[in-house]
Amino acid sequence: MAKPRLSRWGLRTLALVYLLFLLVLPVGLIIWRTFGAGLGPFFDALTSPSAVHAFQVTLTVALWAVVANTIFGIGASILLVRHRFPGKRLLNALIDLPMAVSPVVVGLALILVYGRYSPVGGLLESWGVQVIFSTPGMVLATVFVSLPLVVRAVVPVLEELGDEQEQAAHTLGASRLQAFRRITLPGIRSALAYGVVLCLARSLGEYGAVAVVSGRLVDQTQTLTLFVEERFQNFDQPAAFAAATALALIAVITLLLTKLLRPKD
Amino acid sequence: MAIEVRDVNKSFGTTPVLRDVSIDVESGSLTALLGPSGGGKSTLLRVIAGLEQPDTGTVMISGVDATRLSPQRRNVGFVFQHYAAFKHLSVFRNVAFGLEIRKRPKDEIRKRVMELLELVHLEKMADRYPSQLSGGQRQRMALARALAVEPEVLLLDEPFGALDAQVRKELRTWLRRLHDEVHVTTVFVTHDQEEAIEVADTIVVLANGAVEQVGSPAEVYDNPANPFVMRFLGPVTEIGGSLVRPHDIEISTTPTEGATEATVSRIVRLGFEVRVELEIAGQEAWVQVTRGFAERLALQPGDTVNVRPNPGSRSLALSAV
Repeated sequence: MAKPRLSRWGLRTLALVYLLFLLVLPVGLIIWRTFGAGLGPFFDALTSPSAVHAFQVTLTVALWAVVANTIFGIGASILLVRHRFPGKRLLNALIDLPMAVSPVVVGLALILVYGRYSPVGGLLESWGVQVIFSTPGMVLATVFVSLPLVVRAVVPVLEELGDEQEQAAHTLGASRLQAFRRITLPGIRSALAYGVVLCLARSLGEYGAVAVVSGRLVDQTQTLTLFVEERFQNFDQPAAFAAATALALIAVITLLLTKLLRPKD
Repeated sequence: MAIEVRDVNKSFGTTPVLRDVSIDVESGSLTALLGPSGGGKSTLLRVIAGLEQPDTGTVMISGVDATRLSPQRRNVGFVFQHYAAFKHLSVFRNVAFGLEIRKRPKDEIRKRVMELLELVHLEKMADRYPSQLSGGQRQRMALARALAVEPEVLLLDEPFGALDAQVRKELRTWLRRLHDEVHVTTVFVTHDQEEAIEVADTIVVLANGAVEQVGSPAEVYDNPANPFVMRFLGPVTEIGGSLVRPHDIEISTTPTEGATEATVSRIVRLGFEVRVELEIAGQEAWVQVTRGFAERLALQPGDTVNVRPNPGSRSLALSAV
């Protein structure tokens, strides 16, 4: 049934205007401001020692978080799809919890558990491990907020794959590990890659939880997102915009990657 | 004995699926586990393969107690109804899988895999992927894959169940010939009595998780142990309180000794055979006769005829219900 011409055009215009003010205009302005004075200032701003350090911190935290969530994600997916155990529904629900909890709350909760004056944090401190205001805490916070991404990407594919191929591999003499490496892993490869890229994107862009647990120590625990915020507050707009553009570029690249990797159905 | 199953019990939750099942499978035989769906035959096969653990009872394979062995260590070949093809591997790599796991030398693997692919007529498909094969080809690939590791026993779970009727019939004959060539002890599950009779040396009839009868196809067809087996293995009809095969009934227009009077209610021509539907004292029955015979008798609906079981045939008396 063809819709009246007017309403069709009306809807299109509405959607475009909505996206223009919400998405295109802000991002476009940032890019325009970044490159307004040419490429030179952009690179200068991004190669300052503080910016380079923030890059390094972001990468370190994101990589550890991705590694942790990939291992946990594969394990939890296999547990949820292939095994039956009491508490399975609870585990399933818990995995989605980070989607619902505000990152700031996550940060505060981590401080309560791992802060210097809590029993756990105190014990770790006595062993020389500082969690809060340090990299471990930031990794923990990032792991928490990006926890569901790998699991939710892998579970449906694992379900569809079924376990007959694994059983066939067992009858042909493969151990559990061999069946996993040779059969299961190739079967979930693209879904896993998709989940990992999503997880990476989320980890690189995390702000709230990391802001709380890092203590925002410049040149120590400052990630790229925190750098943008701090530079902006200190009226160093060129640096803030340059870093923001860099983050946006990374986001666009990961978005393109996910488009390439998205499991075909 | 290649396989000895002793007193196996298995329940899923509170539902018993196998009840005190004991069977012996002779070395080199081709045995069919036949029964209605839900009768426990697939579960029994999976217990033999180690894919399911029995609650009680033992499984011996080639004289070794395999009850607690993992499927990995049982050296059985298993073929699944839905092929379980390794989708990301070529036909060649699928068949080579078990040999690669066993770390055999490359040349030996290549030689053995090509031999097997020839055996299953897939030598030209070696570089294809399972998604590029038809159902029948996939199942032949799965069979070659299972045979590659030279299993003690070959187990097939409804191997032709997912194929269409034409391919099914072809593969059936082909499996029989393959078995005559390879001689590996083979057990296959089917719910199709025609398939079991055509392919197997021995038929094990399973229903409700228990063995109803074991014997050669002729034995279970001609001497069924009980009405269930008789009904399951072929067409039956009821005459004078007995179960009879409809082709084992004499029909005549003149009174005969020991015969019952019946009224013809319908005559159905099915190619070379004719199905004569009767009414005997308010009960329905039917007789299968050849076309020539039916034409000689020139039966019409409403005619009165005399029927009795063939003197040489076997019928089962039904106890009064």
